[in-house]
Amino acid sequence: MPAHRRSSAPVAFGHRDMGRRRFLGYLFAAPTLAVGVKLGIDLAGGDTASAAIPAPPQPADLYDLSDALTDAARPTANLITVVVNEDGTVSFDLPRAEVGQGITTSIAMIIAEEMDVPLDKVKITLADARPELVFNQLTGGSNTIHAMYTPIRVAAAIAKGALLDAAAAILQENRERLTSREGLITGPAGTVLSYGELAKAAAATETRMVEAPPLKPASEFKIVGTPQNRLDAYDAVTGRKQFAMDLDVPGATPTMVARPPSIGGTVEGIRNEDEVRNMPGVVDIATIRTGVAVAAETFGQCIDAVRALDIEWGPGLVDGESDDTIIEKLRAAAIPLPPGLPGAKVIETDFTFAFRSGSPLETNGAVADVRDGKAEIWYGAKVPITAQAEIALLLGIPQTAVTLHVVQSGGSFGRHLFPDAALEAAEASQKMGRPVKLMWHRTDDARHGRTHPMTTVSIRTSYNDDAVLAYHQHHTSVETDTQHGLGEAISAQATKLPPGNYSVAQSLFLLTAKTSYNFGVTNQLLHEIPLQFPTSSVRNVYSPDVRLAQELVVDQLANAMGQDRYEFRRAYAKTDHLRKVLDKVAEMGDWGRSVPDGVGYGIAVHDEYKMIMACMAEVDARPETVNRPIRNGKTGPRVTKVWYAAIPGSVVVNPRGMEAQLMGGITDAVGLVFTAGLHIKDGIPLEGSWDDYFYTRQWNVPEEINIEILEPDPTLEVPGAGEAGVAAACGAIASAYAAAIGEIPKFFPILHDELGFEPKPLVPPIPESPTNGLDFTF
Amino acid sequence: MPNHSFKLNGQQVDVDVEDDVRMLWVLRDKLGVRGPKYGCGINVCKACTSHINGKAFNPCAVPVSEIEPDDEITTIEGLADSEGKKLHPMQEAWLEYDVAQCGYCQPGQIMAAVAKVRQVQSEGREITDEDLDEIRNICRCGTYMRIREAIKAGAEKM
Ligand code: FES
Ligand code: FES
Repeated sequence: MPAHRRSSAPVAFGHRDMGRRRFLGYLFAAPTLAVGVKLGIDLAGGDTASAAIPAPPQPADLYDLSDALTDAARPTANLITVVVNEDGTVSFDLPRAEVGQGITTSIAMIIAEEMDVPLDKVKITLADARPELVFNQLTGGSNTIHAMYTPIRVAAAIAKGALLDAAAAILQENRERLTSREGLITGPAGTVLSYGELAKAAAATETRMVEAPPLKPASEFKIVGTPQNRLDAYDAVTGRKQFAMDLDVPGATPTMVARPPSIGGTVEGIRNEDEVRNMPGVVDIATIRTGVAVAAETFGQCIDAVRALDIEWGPGLVDGESDDTIIEKLRAAAIPLPPGLPGAKVIETDFTFAFRSGSPLETNGAVADVRDGKAEIWYGAKVPITAQAEIALLLGIPQTAVTLHVVQSGGSFGRHLFPDAALEAAEASQKMGRPVKLMWHRTDDARHGRTHPMTTVSIRTSYNDDAVLAYHQHHTSVETDTQHGLGEAISAQATKLPPGNYSVAQSLFLLTAKTSYNFGVTNQLLHEIPLQFPTSSVRNVYSPDVRLAQELVVDQLANAMGQDRYEFRRAYAKTDHLRKVLDKVAEMGDWGRSVPDGVGYGIAVHDEYKMIMACMAEVDARPETVNRPIRNGKTGPRVTKVWYAAIPGSVVVNPRGMEAQLMGGITDAVGLVFTAGLHIKDGIPLEGSWDDYFYTRQWNVPEEINIEILEPDPTLEVPGAGEAGVAAACGAIASAYAAAIGEIPKFFPILHDELGFEPKPLVPPIPESPTNGLDFTF
Repeated sequence: MPNHSFKLNGQQVDVDVEDDVRMLWVLRDKLGVRGPKYGCGINVCKACTSHINGKAFNPCAVPVSEIEPDDEITTIEGLADSEGKKLHPMQEAWLEYDVAQCGYCQPGQIMAAVAKVRQVQSEGREITDEDLDEIRNICRCGTYMRIREAIKAGAEKM
């Protein structure tokens, strides 16, 4: 039981007394020094004792998603390896995906710190699928640093120890008299040996288990905890950073798929295959499970061919469904809220959240070479082992015949948890008998890509003049697909939740949904309806909706009880940490000042991924702002200022990276609250690109975003930042808007009713490429 | 197949390709120049932004037949060279402000930023927040705030 685990004596996971703990690792028999360490070393969690809790603790208070993912990794762990090369570089093959969250930089910093090697000497690559790692090769839940911080340090410490031993032997000196700095070991007489020179001498002749030397105390950190720029920044700004479609895989032919006019529609026949085969550039055509794949010399010719195909389509999976029918189904399926407490006053509010797109800027894409019973795939998989297994199954070959290279991705937002494009590329390559690079058109990505599903939320809370007595929050949602291994990892851990037996989605919900306030009898639940929309865990999963709805009800409670919204939150906040971050943002944003009519500010908190956060935001909803003209864009109310404070868990590896991630989350929130929603009509979204799916654009960006990362709490575990910023910002922005207009918004995104664009046709499935680009030069 | 010729990052290139193939695919698929990214193919996301004769344009929306032999196309790969430097001041500003997250949008962002700054400078003005609001490039990782800071800093060195 997690509660039990937590109640044991506090054990620092963070840097407080790591130096005194001992860990084991392996020196491998290898040409140069190579050290292996098990991932998921058994480390008890920190004691997250909170203030006296009149409300019984919720599952997420005791044991949240970060713990679940970390624990899931423990029993099945295998080895990760740090290698010292003769050129003085240190390499590490990271069993995670880099999708923009900056983990390669953070991991390199951890290694550089522990080994005393310059940061630019650390080379991080992304590991191919390694089935033996099981749950240890899964990127999700902002969990990478949380799970890998200590194992990587242990490996690095052993490596440095072996280098020192080797240097001691060469110099015939006592190891204690040697110093290591910047990739060099210096003896007492001033003799200098580089790690590169020592790499061979330090290598073991036979593999053996060794005890790690004490880890470096935090007081000596020179790199970890300092703001560092991303290691791939140079490649990114010079155009050298390679994504899946930039790889030069010999013979890989550009390929696109003609997709059905409704989600999940099937190919019944192609009426003009020969004609299309004769179009310029067209190389091959094959029907695959999801549509008709066309290979051509250029992607431009793929687009033309896809548009020319005349396909007979069978029905899709959700053809009868539109926004309204889905809302109706959700309302009908909602589990009724318990009645208000007798004699108490009651506030009851219903919210609706539209489907939201997880589309990153890089569309789905993968390279595949499936020939002679073997498959080689290049894809930015976050769960590569599951992807590899699925590909093998689809192709009818053994999993061992599938090599899956994990490549860098241009964003994920839930998409890369699944191998959608990799499966299509593999199937097309097998059927065409040639290597392909398969890419989704933007319109494919908007209409057929995975989404965060529509959700209705009902909240009922009972209060009297003195206190809030009860709080119930029920979410009803179209099913979120969790069949990607993240799901298995969580369901495997779900038994740790009191009292067990939840679905994967419910487990995930319970592991993340929190009521941050002492509201007496408290319960939150999720109920899902099985509609077959393609969905996934989009950035921060349930939390943005959970927080946004909760914080708007908190505003209502404060108003009803005649209290200031900030003071009210302070009084009911469950922990001192929450009060501290609330105070911080209130101070930063000068809470209590007066603003013009039509302008308002709001405040909210969130606590997840070992980050305790608060956000204050200001929104300008005056007509001159709302109606500012932008061509083909939704303007609407403008978030003018955002103040954000966070108390992170024990170690912030790269504050600059954490700030970037929080900023990204805040930017997402701006869109999620006002403009970014999908309109479902007859089984497919109307949105087909970025000028109709209104993600945050420059004209929506706040004038100011101020982020303060406060002193880490050493009793909390290592935090994760990739998704942390979204929820509190959603709550604060919605609260600010409610204050600006004097009314609680109930439908999100708020501007969902204004369609604001002309939907693109469904047949042909993708729009033609414009020819008038030179009219818009500047 | 028709032959097309133009200047690409300072060098005259020749390519055999159908007239109506959009420049983005001529660059990426025929010439292997992969800095300009695909994000929509309909002149919306601006990930492919490059320069034609020093002005920003979106090659996904221009057929190769519209390009003349003496047109100078500059992609992110050739931006610094076009000024005879290792990095263009805007790229340096991008590094200084640690703008990139996934990085996918950033070649297009930088090319758009340079053109925008040149545009306002040719009007004898300094870049304003209103100018920045006009930049249509999507960044789905949400780096807009740092982009704005970097453009202002980069502009001062241009
Ligand atoms: S790909 Fe050219 S504007 Fe989107
Ligand atoms: S950095 Fe990822 S889209 Fe801009």
